[in-house]
Amino acid sequence: MTVHQGGGATYWFLKGARGIASLPAIILMSAFVGFCGFAVEAGVPLGETVFMTGMIWALPAKVLLVGSILAGVSLPAAFLTVALSSIRLMPMVAALIPEIRTQKTPTWLLLLLSHFVAITAYVFTMERIRNVPYEHRVSFFAGFGMTVTTANIILVAVIYSTVANLPAMVAGALFFLTPVYFLTSIWASTRDRAGHIAMVVGLALGPLFHQVAPEFDILYAGVVGGTLAFIIDRVWKGGART
Amino acid sequence: MISYQSFEAWWWPYVFIAIAGWLATDIWRWLGVLIGNRLKQDSAALTWVRSVATALLAAVIAKLVLYPVGELQNVPVSVRLVAVAAGFAAFLISGKRIWVGIAVALGLLAGGQFLTGALIDAG
Repeated sequence: MTVHQGGGATYWFLKGARGIASLPAIILMSAFVGFCGFAVEAGVPLGETVFMTGMIWALPAKVLLVGSILAGVSLPAAFLTVALSSIRLMPMVAALIPEIRTQKTPTWLLLLLSHFVAITAYVFTMERIRNVPYEHRVSFFAGFGMTVTTANIILVAVIYSTVANLPAMVAGALFFLTPVYFLTSIWASTRDRAGHIAMVVGLALGPLFHQVAPEFDILYAGVVGGTLAFIIDRVWKGGART
Repeated sequence: MISYQSFEAWWWPYVFIAIAGWLATDIWRWLGVLIGNRLKQDSAALTWVRSVATALLAAVIAKLVLYPVGELQNVPVSVRLVAVAAGFAAFLISGKRIWVGIAVALGLLAGGQFLTGALIDAG
């Protein structure tokens, strides 16, 4: 066994857990205050709102599920709406896994921990994982994911009864915080040129596909935009070499 | 068709949420693990997957600004666009300081809300 500076698995788990005091976690908690207000407005009871927070975890999926409940749609229709909007979790997890696992990491552990992947955990981990030694990256991610999920479950339970009295201006700012934070933090944590191109193309294609195919807009923008960015980056690299 | 309101039992909404919420999101996470396990670091395939993930997130961001839910719908789209663009510019100019971008964007949004509110009051 190699001994690394800065301690073992517990040390890195706690270091990840300390991410609860980071900007991404604080912004996510503000967004959950906004979501909780939405659930109260929609008439979803406390127990179910807390259950949703823990079981779904991804914020956009929860907003869509509450919307489906409000509209009174059937179970298959609600399942399809949430499932289609959540396909994005697949490439996010697929991009994250090679960064955190080692040859020895068991697959069942990754399957279990993948539940804690959502946009915030993805951004947080991609930004900081380079500074964590390989064999402790899974512990670091687990520490952050579990702590932030638990904290938001408690937060939703605690604020449920008081959140309805939020002033309109504060509620608006809470909903605006998420896109601005995602935009800046994803740009800052993207290390390759392909990623920056993908960001710009995705921003343009999102609204475009929304006009053409509103049900699948995110999915189309992701696959078409990501592929386009990948090709542009390859051509650019090839051109620089000759 | 069975829906959220179909059964009176206390546990039914929880089953509904578990199927339409938990299962509908976690199947993609599990698939992501199985795919990610086969991707090598610094491979072209991983670069492509990461590009797709980034473009997806960018599309989510654009939709959150252009087609928002809740209270943000009452803020004019021009105010939202100016606020997010100026916030991003401030973020770049300040040497990629995220909090600067957020502060500028939120400040402009609040100012814009205040102004549109005053204009509506003035009729």
